[in-house]
Amino acid sequence: MTSTFRFGDRSVPFRDGQTVGAALVAAGIRSWRTTRVQGRPRGLFCGIGICFDCLISIDGTPNQRACLALARPGLQVTAQEGTGHDDLAV
Amino acid sequence: MVGAACAYYAARAGLDVLVLDRGPVGSGTTSRGEGNILVSDKEPGPELDLALLSQRLWRELGEDLGAEAFELEPKGGLVVATGDAAMDALRGFAQRQAARGVEVEQVPADGLRDLEPHLAPGLLGGVLYPQDLQVMPVLAAAALLRAARSLGAQVRTGVDVQGIERGDAGAVRAVVSSAGRHPASAVVNATGTWGGAVAATFGAPVPVLPRRGFVLVTEPLARVVRRKVYSADYVANVAASTEGLETSVVVEGTRGGTVLIGASRERVGFDETLSVEVVRRLAAQAVRLFPVLAGVNLMRVYRGFRPYCPDHLPVIGADARVPGLYHACGHEGAGIGLAPATGLLVAGQIQAQADGALADLALDVAAFSPTRFAAAHAQEPA
Repeated sequence: MTSTFRFGDRSVPFRDGQTVGAALVAAGIRSWRTTRVQGRPRGLFCGIGICFDCLISIDGTPNQRACLALARPGLQVTAQEGTGHDDLAV
Repeated sequence: MVGAACAYYAARAGLDVLVLDRGPVGSGTTSRGEGNILVSDKEPGPELDLALLSQRLWRELGEDLGAEAFELEPKGGLVVATGDAAMDALRGFAQRQAARGVEVEQVPADGLRDLEPHLAPGLLGGVLYPQDLQVMPVLAAAALLRAARSLGAQVRTGVDVQGIERGDAGAVRAVVSSAGRHPASAVVNATGTWGGAVAATFGAPVPVLPRRGFVLVTEPLARVVRRKVYSADYVANVAASTEGLETSVVVEGTRGGTVLIGASRERVGFDETLSVEVVRRLAAQAVRLFPVLAGVNLMRVYRGFRPYCPDHLPVIGADARVPGLYHACGHEGAGIGLAPATGLLVAGQIQAQADGALADLALDVAAFSPTRFAAAHAQEPA
């Protein structure tokens, strides 16, 4: 049986043990973050937790690495703009 | 960084310059710090005078070479006190610095959060140092070398210096490296933490030793820390000479959005092992100063080895033991900040040697003499 999590208004299927990033790519979604300065699209780059390019917001917590975060049923995953912490700016 | 500054000022003085770098540009001590250009943490004395000169030179470099090119930010430093004793000590320290030419502004407790809205409540006050700056050191080293090359200097990377060749009266005649023999009448030892080892191969030892430090890097954020903010304990830690671990928190935002958290000091040789204890202590101290950081991820940790001398002063200038040998090393945690002044002074000495004139320097370098340690050792009982 395939489980799913939410990405925005979409339902994304995943297999047990798959990461959020892998499931998104398998569903044809290749970018889920925009860069802080120029707003360019970003998704998986290194895929192994080093580069911090694939940041995504999961259940309201920004800057999670999609390549490391394990997909779980019912997660609310959202695309991230900017730092994900713009509310902290002074 | 120090070597790049020496090359830049020497090339500007019209000298014929060759830079030999063991690794890629900025890959040694330069890349391991936070890019601090500080007057705030310096005790009144020769190092503070050097720092005051150097921060002026950094501003000039920003104007001449483009501050944007190396992220030079005149952000200012804010030192805060958590207790009464620390507050009193900080006030006295700042007054003595002001008498030596440092710009200081006393900040009352209720004024701290106007400057840094995310600071923890309950701090007793602080001192603002508008002259403190920050720079991205690797970009700065590259920019200075680029400028030096445009003035005729040559830069060769991936070259190991193996020794010097001495001629008549023991004076420097050439540098010997993995790339061959390079005739030279003057050689500058600007090898950071390895300055002691290199000086020994030149037959003129100086006691430069490694003092390990860790820097924590958060995920990129919007600007949450405007200045360099640190606790008043930091100054005492920098000046201390204990072997054991000392930590005092230093927090600052960068242009890239990451927040850098330092600073630890320990004498463990060149041991690169990650210390979870240091990371834990620094993170806890940072959260006490800026509670907002409790909800922020650490992205990585880097470490490096400050080149320190027993008296915490750098080694700058001509070495009387080997005519033609100059040192520019041992700046401990202040090498980025002190680089331009060091480069200017060393270049001035070399130019005077070339002209057969007496050096007319912006600052007296006697306190930084490479041979001061020999005298100290001679006074020690056998």
